[in-house]
Amino acid sequence: MSIELRNVSKRFGEVVAVNNVSFTVREGELMALLGPSGGGKTTVLRMIAGLEMPTSGDVLIGGKRVNDVSVQQRNIGFVFQNYALFNNMTVARNIAFGLKIKKWRRADIQARIAELLELFGLQGLESRYPHQLSGGQRQRVAIARALAPKPSVLLLDEPFGAVDAKIRQELREWLVTLHHDLNVTTVFVTHDQEEAMEVANRIVIFSRGNLEQVGSPREVYEQPANEFVARFIGVMNVLEPVVKDGVARVGELEFPAPGQPDGQKLRIGFRPYAVQISSDLTQYRYRAVLRHTFFLGVLLRVELELPSGLIVRARMTKEEYAHQGLEEGCEVSFQIRQYRVLAREEAPLQPELELPYTPPPILGENI
Amino acid sequence: MGFTLVYLSAIVLIPFAGLVLRACELSWADFWRLATTDRALAAYRLTFGASLIAALANALFGTLVAWVLVRYSFPGRRIIDAMVDFPFALPTAVAGLTLSSLFAANGWLGQFLVPLGIKGAFTQLGVVIALTFVGLPFVVRTLQPVLHNLDREVEEAAATLGAGRLRTFVGVIAPTLLPAVLTGFALAFARAIGEYGSIVFISGNLPFKTEIAPYLIVMRLEEYDYTGAVALAVVLLVCSFLLLGAINLLEAWTSRFAR
Repeated sequence: MSIELRNVSKRFGEVVAVNNVSFTVREGELMALLGPSGGGKTTVLRMIAGLEMPTSGDVLIGGKRVNDVSVQQRNIGFVFQNYALFNNMTVARNIAFGLKIKKWRRADIQARIAELLELFGLQGLESRYPHQLSGGQRQRVAIARALAPKPSVLLLDEPFGAVDAKIRQELREWLVTLHHDLNVTTVFVTHDQEEAMEVANRIVIFSRGNLEQVGSPREVYEQPANEFVARFIGVMNVLEPVVKDGVARVGELEFPAPGQPDGQKLRIGFRPYAVQISSDLTQYRYRAVLRHTFFLGVLLRVELELPSGLIVRARMTKEEYAHQGLEEGCEVSFQIRQYRVLAREEAPLQPELELPYTPPPILGENI
Repeated sequence: MGFTLVYLSAIVLIPFAGLVLRACELSWADFWRLATTDRALAAYRLTFGASLIAALANALFGTLVAWVLVRYSFPGRRIIDAMVDFPFALPTAVAGLTLSSLFAANGWLGQFLVPLGIKGAFTQLGVVIALTFVGLPFVVRTLQPVLHNLDREVEEAAATLGAGRLRTFVGVIAPTLLPAVLTGFALAFARAIGEYGSIVFISGNLPFKTEIAPYLIVMRLEEYDYTGAVALAVVLLVCSFLLLGAINLLEAWTSRFAR
C-alpha cells in the first residue's frame, strides 16, 4: 500500500526532530530515507509504524489516515536495527509470533513458516535460538518475522548497519531481489548514500529534521536541490574565492564572476569528474602535485595539491591513470570544466556553468 | 584456579567435611533418632515452609520493585533504590528487634493488625515476615541488571506484530526474566533457611510452634548436646543442598535459550 506524510512534525520537548515533512511512497516502491545521524529519518519511520505519534500533521497508509490507529492495528512489518529477535524463542517461533496473534490456523502457520524459511534460505535453522545464528541469518529471521503476517508495508531501520561490509553487500542485493519478488511497499532508513543510491527506487534526503529533496538516485545526484544534497550525495570540491576585477580567485584558481563587486566572497562547488588531469604539464592551465590515489574499483579518486596548498579532488578511470603513467608524487596539469556558484546550504543550487577548456587528447586504442 | 580451589576448600569444604565427619561418629539409628524427633520435625517444617513462602513472596514483589525502580523515574527513586540494601546492611538482630516491636500488640502496626486477627509477633506469620524482609534485596539486586539490559526494541517488535502489553509481557519479557528471578529466589530461599538473628526475637521460639531449626541447633549446643546439634545440622545441610541443586537445574532449563 502507498504511504503518505502530510505536513508531519515531531517535537521531543524543545527539540524539533522532524519539521513539517510531506512526501509519498508509491505502492510497491522501495524508498530510502537518507541523511546524517540525527536527521530525523528514524523518527519518520517510527511515525509511519505508529511507534511515535506526530506532534502535528497526518500519516496515511493506503489512503487512510492512521494517526489514531495503534501500532498493533496498523499491519506493518518493522525490522529493527539490532533485529530485536525474541531470544527465548526458536527461529520458527519467532516467525510464528505475529501469526499466532492474528489467530492463524495451525496448519496455515506451519505452511507460512516453511514458505518463509525457504524464501529466506533458512531451512534447517528453524529450531535454533537467535544466539546460535550469524548476524546475516539473524537479520533474515527478523525480516521473515516482519513479513510473516503479510503486512501492507515493510519498514526497515538501518537494515545493514550491524553487519560487516562483505555481508552488507550481499544483503543489499538480496533486499533488491526480495523486493522485486514480493513487491511490498518498502521503506528503509540509512545514513549511507551509496547504499541508498544502489538499493532504492527513490530517495528522501533529510537533514536536521527537514526534508531536503525527494527523487530517484539519478535525480538527486545530477540535479541536487541544494548544496547540502550536492555534498551529501557523492563528493564535491567546495572553494571560497574572493572576487577581484570580475574574477573570483582562490590560490591559483580563477572563476569568471562578471558583475560581482570587488571583495565579494563566493562559494564555488565542482564534482571530481569535472576535473581533468594530464601528465603533460603543458596540456592544461593549472599545475599540481598528485598527492594521494584512492582505489575505488574501476574508478580512482586522486587528490591534487596546488603550489598554494589548495587541495582539489578528481576522479578518473583506472585505464586513464595507467595510460597517463601517473603515480603519487608526480607533477600534473589539470583543468576544471564545470562548476556551480553556491549560496547558503539550504538555498536552491544555481545551474552548472561551463569554463573554457581544452578538449583532452584522444586516447590510444589500447583501452 | 589453584588459588580458587585452596580458598574454596579452606572457607567452605573443610568446615562441611568436619560437620559430616562429626555426624559419622553417630550410628545410623542414633542419627535417625536424633534428627527426627517430633520437635525437630516441627522445626524443619517451619524453617523450610516459612522460607519457601518468604522466597515466593520476594520473587513476586521483588520483581515488581525491580521493575518499578528500573522502568519508572519518580522523585525519591534513588533513595528507595538505596533502601533496598537495608536488610543487607542491618544487623539481623536489629531487624528482628524492630520487627517484633512493630508487630507486637502495642506496636505501631500491631495495634491496628492484632484487633483484625493478624498477629505478627510470636507467631509463624512473624517468621515469614522476618524472612521476607531479609530476602528482598536478593531478588531485586539480581533482577535489576537483567531489566536494564532488556531491549526496549524487543517490546516494540512485539507491538508491531500485533501483541498487546499483556501478551508481550507473558510471551517475551517474562521468559527472559525467569532465570534471574529463579536465581534471586534461590538466594533469598537459602538465606531464609540459614536466618537466625532476626527470627529469634519475633518468633518467641515456642517448641512445636514457632521454633526454627537453626534455633533448635543452638538450643542443643547450649545443652552441650553436640551430637544432637550435628544431626540436625546435617539434615539442614543436605536439604539445602538438594533444594539449591534442584533450583539450579530449573534455572538452567529456563535459560536454555541464552548463551
